[in-house]
Amino acid sequence: MDVTIFLQLVISGLLIGFVFSLIAVGLTLIWGVMDILNFAHGDFLMLAMFSAFLMFANLGVDPVFSLPVIVGLLFFVGLLTFRLVIKPVLGYHALIALLATFGLSIFIRNVVLFFLGPDFRVINQSVLAGKRISFLGLHLSLPQLVSAIGCVLITYVVYLFISKSKFGRALRATALDKDTALLMGINTNRVFALTFGLGAACVGAAGGFLVNFYYVFPEVGLNFAILSFVIVALGGFGNIGGAFLAGILVGLVENIGGFFVGPEFKYTLVFILYLIVISLRPKGLFGW
Amino acid sequence: MAVLEAKDVSMYFGELAALKEINLSVEQGEILGLIGPNGAGKTTFFNCATGFLTCTRGDIFFKGQNITRVPGHRVCHIGICRTFQIVQSFSEMTVLENVMMGAFCRHPNTSNSMHSAQDILDFTGLADKRDQIAGSLTLADQKRIELARTIATEPDLILLDEVMAGLNPAETEEAIELIKKIHQKGLTIIVVEHVMEVIMNISHRIAVFDSGELIVEGPPEKIVRDERVIQAYLGEEYHA
Amino acid sequence: MQNDKNFYIIFSIILIFMAVAPLVIQNTHFQHLLIMLLLFATLSQAWNLIGGYAGQVSFGHAVFFGIGSYAAMAPLTHWGLTPWVGMLIGGVVAIIVALIIGVPVFRLKGHYFAISTFAVAEVVRELFTNWEWVDGPIGLDAPVLEQGFYNLMFYKNKLPYLYIVLVFFFIMMLLTFRMERTRMGYYFRAIKQRPEAAQAMGVHISKYKQYALMMSAFFTAICGALYGLYILHIEPATVLSLDISIKIVLITALGGTGALWGPLLGSIILIPLQEYSRIWLGGTGKGIDLILLGALIVLICIYEPRGIVGLLKRFNFQKGKN
Repeated sequence: MDVTIFLQLVISGLLIGFVFSLIAVGLTLIWGVMDILNFAHGDFLMLAMFSAFLMFANLGVDPVFSLPVIVGLLFFVGLLTFRLVIKPVLGYHALIALLATFGLSIFIRNVVLFFLGPDFRVINQSVLAGKRISFLGLHLSLPQLVSAIGCVLITYVVYLFISKSKFGRALRATALDKDTALLMGINTNRVFALTFGLGAACVGAAGGFLVNFYYVFPEVGLNFAILSFVIVALGGFGNIGGAFLAGILVGLVENIGGFFVGPEFKYTLVFILYLIVISLRPKGLFGW
Repeated sequence: MAVLEAKDVSMYFGELAALKEINLSVEQGEILGLIGPNGAGKTTFFNCATGFLTCTRGDIFFKGQNITRVPGHRVCHIGICRTFQIVQSFSEMTVLENVMMGAFCRHPNTSNSMHSAQDILDFTGLADKRDQIAGSLTLADQKRIELARTIATEPDLILLDEVMAGLNPAETEEAIELIKKIHQKGLTIIVVEHVMEVIMNISHRIAVFDSGELIVEGPPEKIVRDERVIQAYLGEEYHA
Repeated sequence: MQNDKNFYIIFSIILIFMAVAPLVIQNTHFQHLLIMLLLFATLSQAWNLIGGYAGQVSFGHAVFFGIGSYAAMAPLTHWGLTPWVGMLIGGVVAIIVALIIGVPVFRLKGHYFAISTFAVAEVVRELFTNWEWVDGPIGLDAPVLEQGFYNLMFYKNKLPYLYIVLVFFFIMMLLTFRMERTRMGYYFRAIKQRPEAAQAMGVHISKYKQYALMMSAFFTAICGALYGLYILHIEPATVLSLDISIKIVLITALGGTGALWGPLLGSIILIPLQEYSRIWLGGTGKGIDLILLGALIVLICIYEPRGIVGLLKRFNFQKGKN
């Protein structure tokens, strides 16, 4: 097989994988700290992408510049979600929180569908859109390259924040043992709220990048949500490094596998990978 | 013959040794007390003996049969049952149903299980609360339900993990009565407890854990005089 | 027992009502509504076994539903095989899929099951959309065959469908009612409430979760088959869609998870609501009904996680106090 094609596949896989990683980091944070699987995570992504698109279409703001606004907006969406939906159900059986985020997901998706319609939209007139870099016979799409670099940087910043900052310490303590953290004077509700905000902000950033080269439509979050669930499970829940590596792995499997087996089966491949990994390593590839 | 025998049992979580080469046995009809500071490995030992964890090294025997690798749900059928440090009653079920959950282990049929559970309710003094929802009862009652449920599995050996923690003196007194009553039925009992007076009172023999090691074992009157125990554990609470 | 007697009385009244009402009200639309109501009540009860009683929430039950539809319709279309056999094949295949999901996942704690069901539904939809034998995204139309029970085809009248669905509803309810009173029923609830304590009581947790899922998958597949045979056209975008999974979860959550009457109560409210909102709001495909349903799930979770059954219990409790 042609080395160039293979390299091209690897590079495309890596580039999209880094975006997957950042989406999954947002999810794994929430999962790790609260033991909640946020089913609306994909819809947060969609909200971020639509916000960027609307700012571009109506105000002419290039997605590169709207990114900070989108991140802030999604942080707020995360906080709001926690206050209105998650906090009231924390005392119940865990499956209630799961149902609640599932309901939220349906709600958000269909509200957007109602107001904006099911059409696919794309930004094709921006600073990055449509540009590509070529070297050694390889073609890199500029928006993908910039997004990948941006996502890696943000993932790293989040990692540093969690492992070094005072809030990060409180967050990890809460993740380990909520009750003890509470006894130690940590305001766990505040930690939960900020974690939800932070998780949403991560997926917001990913959406802000993604909109540079990916179609926007109300159901766009669905596929990314499934992939990010699988990535989080592969990486070991609450494990940022694990989510990062698993995201890359899924990007590679999706691209390389999709090329050989056919792109229509790429989710099947990813899911088979997931089943194999949880069979062999129940705590995820990088969990102990 | 020993009912339960641990031979060189070690348990590691990654690098951390929760249990280091524990050798310990319990004789038929004995009440063995396990004491030691928090994190000494008492609950880990329970988890290993009941199949909730598989120890990293060593073997555990129950009536001569090696049960080291027997899965958690089989252990109950063999004749070992436990309670939990943090109360774990089936909070949405009635008291009767909670005890039936234990009785199902020997009586798969619902009405047989119900009859058996009714006897246990009478025995443990829970009969008048039979149809109340477990979650609505006091901590003392929920702990009692756990005890009742445990003996409903008709075990030979029961492992009680702090069944008296959080109880007031009167409730503690009742719990002691119940444990003694259960013992009179011929059951072998291992008790983890923090309340010293209680454990000294009911145990025939005491084993002291510290940092995953069994530092000393013997009759209560020997334990209270042991220098290492006083240092490791009793110092503040009993001596002072 | 008093409780059991009450059940049999109420259940009989409901069955008689469901059987007689369509004879009195000879309105096709009413009959259609009743069929959908009973079908979704049966379906949701099947989901309730794993999601409600055993507490393992599945967001991908469309996979079993779709498999059932296709297993009944594809052999009927291609070979003229009686859908009764197809139904059984569908049930068996659904059980196999349940094993593929359950065996690796049920050993694990946490959200792995929810993830797996969600993902497997997408995967299977992907596979069926690309499977030529079942005409990919176009789907299958039921062939025109001789009327009657052998082919499960009735052209003149909806009543036979209604009675067939009623029979399955009857079986499903009775089975759930009996199950609640067996050791298995207690074990399911114990696993949901306190898995560790259940294990200490000798419950083989992963095995019982697997039983719940297999039973659930089997009956879901049968409902899928009935749906396909009634609607006469199936395609991945309908029978394997997330919408089906959503609807099943929603009905049960609304009515009351892990409660015997939950699925029926949920269906009685939701199915007419959905059918009529479609008429009132027009078939714009804009998903107003789903906006309402999504919001409704969230509100139920927050204010009464036990659903309508919980509301009724509250009411009863207050009445008892006065």
